[in-house]
Amino acid sequence: MNRLIADTGVIFGRSLRQTLRSKTALTFGMLQPLLFLALMGPLLSRLDLRTGGTAWQAFVPGLLVQLALLGGMFVGLGILIERQVGVIDRMRVTPLHPAAPLLGRMLRDVVQLVVQSALLVLLGVAFGLRAPVGGVLLGFVFVALLSAALSMLSYGLAMNVRTAPEFAAIANTTVLPLMLLAGLLLPMTLAPGWLDAASRIVPFRYTVDAVRHLYLGEYADGTVLAGLAVTAALAALGLAGGLALFRRSGRTP
Amino acid sequence: MTSPVLDVHGLSRTFRLRSGPVHAVRGLDLSAERGEVLGVLGPNGAGKTTTVRMLATLLPPTGGRAVVAGRDLLADPAGVRARIGYVAQSGGLDPNCPVGEELVTQGRMHGLPRAGSRARAAELAADLNLADLLDRPTAALSGGQRRRLEIALGLVNRPEVLFLDEPTTGLDPGSRADLWDLVRRVRREHGTTVLLTTHYLDEADALADRLVIVDAGAVVAEGTPADLKARHGAATLQDAFLAITGRATDAPAAV
Repeated sequence: MNRLIADTGVIFGRSLRQTLRSKTALTFGMLQPLLFLALMGPLLSRLDLRTGGTAWQAFVPGLLVQLALLGGMFVGLGILIERQVGVIDRMRVTPLHPAAPLLGRMLRDVVQLVVQSALLVLLGVAFGLRAPVGGVLLGFVFVALLSAALSMLSYGLAMNVRTAPEFAAIANTTVLPLMLLAGLLLPMTLAPGWLDAASRIVPFRYTVDAVRHLYLGEYADGTVLAGLAVTAALAALGLAGGLALFRRSGRTP
Repeated sequence: MTSPVLDVHGLSRTFRLRSGPVHAVRGLDLSAERGEVLGVLGPNGAGKTTTVRMLATLLPPTGGRAVVAGRDLLADPAGVRARIGYVAQSGGLDPNCPVGEELVTQGRMHGLPRAGSRARAAELAADLNLADLLDRPTAALSGGQRRRLEIALGLVNRPEVLFLDEPTTGLDPGSRADLWDLVRRVRREHGTTVLLTTHYLDEADALADRLVIVDAGAVVAEGTPADLKARHGAATLQDAFLAITGRATDAPAAV
């Protein structure tokens, strides 16, 4: 256990330094949600999204989940490149704990996405978002859990596909319908009955609804608890699935 | 007689592809004593890389057994990993990472504490002529410098066995000569056993104490370069190789 923690720390440090070196990746990862915030948010600001608060209180949580979803889903590209140049093999021929290469990277992703989320919220405040501090902070817990789940699954997938285009195709076609169905940009309170029902099969729906409630200052209602349960279950699933896929990749050429 | 540091019996690997099974390595035997440079020579596709990947714990064998650096490959792969160095053909460098940081991180992955890892990195950098390059990203290194760094990474844990998979492929003649010197020096100064694969006959002749020639996944001949030449009445290793495998070479110095 100590070995796992120490080794995860080594890979976390290495991954964090990689991220800090690549300033372009940091900027571009942030750019998309910022554009949504700046160019789409104002369109909604005077609308009633029927979530019981201001449009910003519904829109910013959606952008946070979108950031975790897109940011988490595509981290696999990084490990795919490292796998192709032999970095992963080099790590596997050291006594490093076999889960550390994934866990260290995942923790880096969580830190990065939570920091980006905080910047997004700050900018949201500049645009007119008003939400209780406690709710905003608890919202980051959901962002962290969701980022962890998707990052692990993304790495697991990337270790088992042949090429980057193959990975991008799978990630893209998975993410788009999930993103639309979860009601991230516009809440499902606006949806006709059939769409609202369909969106309930998408786990992120529960995450975003819970964060929206947190932003209204409701901390322990059914929506928040259901969101927490679904998001935590997703994180557990991502952890187990990602590690299993990583182990699998080590048994095949 | 000392027990071999590398002892491999009947090592096999079959890949199940959609087109049918491919027997990449079939019942390979080899052994090496401490401090020996063992050359595994064979044409492309002979199973050299698959063999090295299995011995380095990266690929589970489908048959056979092996003792690597005194540890059982199948029962104690972690013990093997702590005692070997592995330099893949592809090298395994992060292009944006500075040289010094790669060295320190490699030590940390081997469980060295931070200060110990820094000290070891400095030692290797001085020893392998990398000290002036520590702040440079690995992508900015020349081919020869890259190889030296990759070998330094493989030596961080003072391995008993160092695996070098086609270490000079793509290097210019000067860098090749430097690398040969480096391999000889590692063996002389640290008693490291080196297993290197190559398809260059001159390299095998110059560097290896003993050779195993593999073809289609199995050992077809074994001995010192001088033995192999004498046994086949050949003046050069190339003639011996041709007599053994019945193959034409595709380059004057390469198989």
